[in-house]
Amino acid sequence: MSEASKDQYYVPHLAKWPIVGSIGLTVTVLGAINLLNSENPGTPWVMYLGLAIIIWMMFGWFGEVVKESEERLYNTQVDTSFRMGMIWFIFSEVMFFACFFGALFYARNFSVPWLGGEGTGLATNEVLYPGYEGVWPTNGPLDLGGQFTLIDPYHLPLVNTLLLLASSVTITIAHHALRANNRKQTVIWLIATVLLGAIFIFYQAEEYVIAYQEYNLKLSSGIYGSTFFMLTGFHGMHVTLGAIMISVITVRVWRGHFRPESHFGFEAVAWYWHFVDVVWLGLFIFVYII
Amino acid sequence: MSHDITHDEIAHDHHDHDHKPKGFVKRWLMTTNHKDIGTLYLIFAFAMFIFGGAMAMVIRLELFQPGLQFVEPDFFNQMTTMHALIMVFGAVMPAFVGLANWMIPMMIGAPDMALPRMNNWSFWILPFAFAILSSTLFMDGGAPAGGWTMYPPLVLQGGHNVAYLVFAVHLMGISSIMGAINVIATIMNMRAPNVGYLNMPLFVWTWLITAFLLIAVMPVLAGAVTMLLTDRYFDTSFFNAAGGGDPVLFQHIFWFFGHPEVYIMILPAFGVISEIIPTFARKPLFGYVSMVYATAAIAFLSFIVWAHHMFSVGMPLGAELYFMYATMMIAVPTGVKVFNWVATMWKGSMTFETPMLFSLAFVILFTIGGFSGVMMALAPVDLQYHDTYFIVAHFHYVLVTGAVFAIIAGAYYWLPKWSGHMYNERLGKIHFWWSTISVNVLFFPQHFLGLAGMPRRIPDYSTQFAEFNMWSSIGGFAFGLAQVFFIYIVWKTVRGGEKATAEVWEGAKGLEWTVPSPAPYHTFEDFGPVDLDKMAHGKTH
Repeated sequence: MSEASKDQYYVPHLAKWPIVGSIGLTVTVLGAINLLNSENPGTPWVMYLGLAIIIWMMFGWFGEVVKESEERLYNTQVDTSFRMGMIWFIFSEVMFFACFFGALFYARNFSVPWLGGEGTGLATNEVLYPGYEGVWPTNGPLDLGGQFTLIDPYHLPLVNTLLLLASSVTITIAHHALRANNRKQTVIWLIATVLLGAIFIFYQAEEYVIAYQEYNLKLSSGIYGSTFFMLTGFHGMHVTLGAIMISVITVRVWRGHFRPESHFGFEAVAWYWHFVDVVWLGLFIFVYII
Repeated sequence: MSHDITHDEIAHDHHDHDHKPKGFVKRWLMTTNHKDIGTLYLIFAFAMFIFGGAMAMVIRLELFQPGLQFVEPDFFNQMTTMHALIMVFGAVMPAFVGLANWMIPMMIGAPDMALPRMNNWSFWILPFAFAILSSTLFMDGGAPAGGWTMYPPLVLQGGHNVAYLVFAVHLMGISSIMGAINVIATIMNMRAPNVGYLNMPLFVWTWLITAFLLIAVMPVLAGAVTMLLTDRYFDTSFFNAAGGGDPVLFQHIFWFFGHPEVYIMILPAFGVISEIIPTFARKPLFGYVSMVYATAAIAFLSFIVWAHHMFSVGMPLGAELYFMYATMMIAVPTGVKVFNWVATMWKGSMTFETPMLFSLAFVILFTIGGFSGVMMALAPVDLQYHDTYFIVAHFHYVLVTGAVFAIIAGAYYWLPKWSGHMYNERLGKIHFWWSTISVNVLFFPQHFLGLAGMPRRIPDYSTQFAEFNMWSSIGGFAFGLAQVFFIYIVWKTVRGGEKATAEVWEGAKGLEWTVPSPAPYHTFEDFGPVDLDKMAHGKTH
C-alpha cells in the first residue's frame, strides 16, 4: 500500500496539531504579557503552561510526520517541499538577525557620531549633550547604566568561535558517516556536536555572569549593552534550539529513522546549525572584535 | 488516523467523490484542504474588513463637523491606529492569502498547497492574534493609540497595551511567514510537470514575488517590535538618544519592512487585474514577460526606497536626494504595467461584467494614487504634504481603490468557480457604481484638505476644512454601506442562483476554468501533465 503513494503527492487530510499550536502560542504570549505588565513580580506559570503546550504540539506534530516518513508515504516531491520550507525558514531567520545587525551598524555609523556632534548633529551636541564625544563603544551621552568594561574578544569569545567551528566540522563528519550507513559513527559525532554546542552555551552564560557582575556591562548599558546582549542573546537562544534539534536527531539516528539516501530531518538540522555558526562569525567580528 | 483516510482515497477513483471531512471541527478547525483554508482566510478577512471599517465609520463620524462631538481624542487615536493595523494585517493581507490558497494550486495543476498542515496553522494563528490585539480595546488605558507605524517614543507611552501590540504583531508575522513559505514551495515545487515558470498565470507570478517579499521583511518587523518591547520593559536604548540610540532608527527599520509591505498588498492585486482584463477584453495579456519583469523590478526597488516615508525627520541631504530619485524609478515598471493593461484592452471585444468594471476602476483610480505618490516622492515638496490628509488620500487610493477593489474584482470573478452559482449581475453593477462613486466622494476631497494643510490623525480641525470633511464623511458612510450590501450579494450567490458552467466566462483562459463549478473538493490529484492550450500563456512560450 505504501508503494501506491509513491507517485501520489501525500496530502494529509486532517491536522489536529496546528490548532493546539495556536492555543499554545496564545497562552504563552498572554502569560508573557501579564508577566511584563504586572506591578509586583508576577507568576510565570501561565507562560510555562503555554510553552509546555507548544512542546507537546511539536512532539505530536513531528511525531506524526516521522511516522508517515517511516511508512514511506513521502515521495521525492514531498521531500523537496520540506527542503524548500526549511531553506526559506532559514532565510527568514537571516533577515531577523539582519535587523539587529542593521541597528548595530546604524548606531555605530550614524546615531552615535551625530550625538557626538558630527555632521548635522552639531547643534544637538552643543545644546543637549555638550562634551559628549560620541565614540563607540558607548552607553550614550547620559552614561546610562554607568561605566562598563568590554569583553576581551580573544578569551572566551575566541574559544567559543573555535568551539562552534569545530562543531560544524563534527556535524559534517556525522553526515558523511550517515551517508556511509555507519550508524554508530554518526551517533558519536552527533553527540560530539551537541557537547560542543553545550560547552558554547555554558561559556556564553559564564560570559554574561562576568559581564553583569564584574564588568558592569548590562542590557541597560545604553546602546552598546542593548545591541551586545540582544544580538548575542538571540544567537544563544538559536544555539540552544539547534542543540536540542541535534539531540532529537541523534535519538532518531539511533532508532534507525534515516537511510543513507534519504535523511531530510538530519540535513535540515545541519543547515540550521551551519546558519547559527555563520551568524556567530558575524557577531565575533562586528560585536566583539571591531 | 489520517493515514487510513488517505489510503481509502487512493483506492477510489479520484474524481468521483468529495471526501469532505464530516463535522464542523474536522471540516474547518483541522482541515488541510487549500480550498477550505482559502475560504477561511476570505471569511476572516471580510470580517476584519467590516470590523476595521466600523472603526473608520467612527473616525468619519467624529470628523463630520469641526469640534469634538462623539469621541474623546485618545479614543479617536485608538481608532485610527487599530483601523490601520486591522485593515493591513487582518483584511488585505489575509484576503490575498485566501485568493492564493484557492487559486494557485488550481492554476498550476497541483493537488493542494505544498505543506498542507502548515497551511492550516498559518490561518489559525490569525484569529488568536487579532483577539489579543482587539482585547486592548476593552482594557484600562485602551488600545494602542500611537499610530499603526508604532513610532517610539509615543507608542511606548501606551501603558499596558504595548506588550499586547508587540506580541500580536509577532503572531501575525509568524502566520505571514509560514503562509509565504507555503506559497513559494507550492509554486516552485508543485507545478504540473509541463508547466514552466513562463507558463504561469500572472497571479501566480505576482504571488511568488510577494511571498519572497514577505519572508524578507516580516522578520525585520518582528525585530523592530522586539526592540520596542525591550526598550519599554527591559531598559534597552535602541530608540533612546540618552543611551546613544535614536528614535529615527525605528523609522528606518520599520519602513525597511513597511515599504515592501505596501507592495505585498498591491502586487497580488496586479496579478488579479492581469487575470481579469484579458478575459473581458477577449485578448491575451499584452506584454506578459514584461509584466513579470516589471513585477520583479518593483519588488527589487521596494527594498531601496524606504526613507521616502521619512523626508521630514532630518536626514542628510544626500540621503534625501538618493531616496527621492530611487522612489521615482518605481514609476517606470508601474507605468509598464498600466500601459500593458491598457494595451490589452486596445481593440479588444470588451464586455463590462462586474469584475471587469472593478478592474477598470482599479486601473484608473490606482493610477491616481500612483501619481500622487510621484508627487510625494519629491523631497522638497513632500515637506508640505507630510502627515497631512494628502497622504491619507494617496494611500487610500492605492489601498482601497487599489488593493481592495482588486480583491472585490477577484471575488466576483472567481465566486462562480467557488460556489457554483453566478452572482446577480444587476446587483453586482449596483455595488460597483455605489462603491466607486462613494469612494471618490470619500477620498478625493482629502487631497484638497491635505494640500490646504489639514494634518492627519486629529479628531478636530479648523473650520476652513469643514465642507470637504463633510463630503468625505458622507462618502465614507455610503461606501461602508455598499460593502454591507456586498455581503448580501455574496450570501445570495452562495445560497443559490443560476448554475455556473465550468468555463464561467466566455473565453477565459486558465486551468481553473477546466474544472467544474463549484470546484471539486480535490482537483488535479493525479498530478499529470495539463493541457497547455487551456492556459493563457501555455503554448506561446
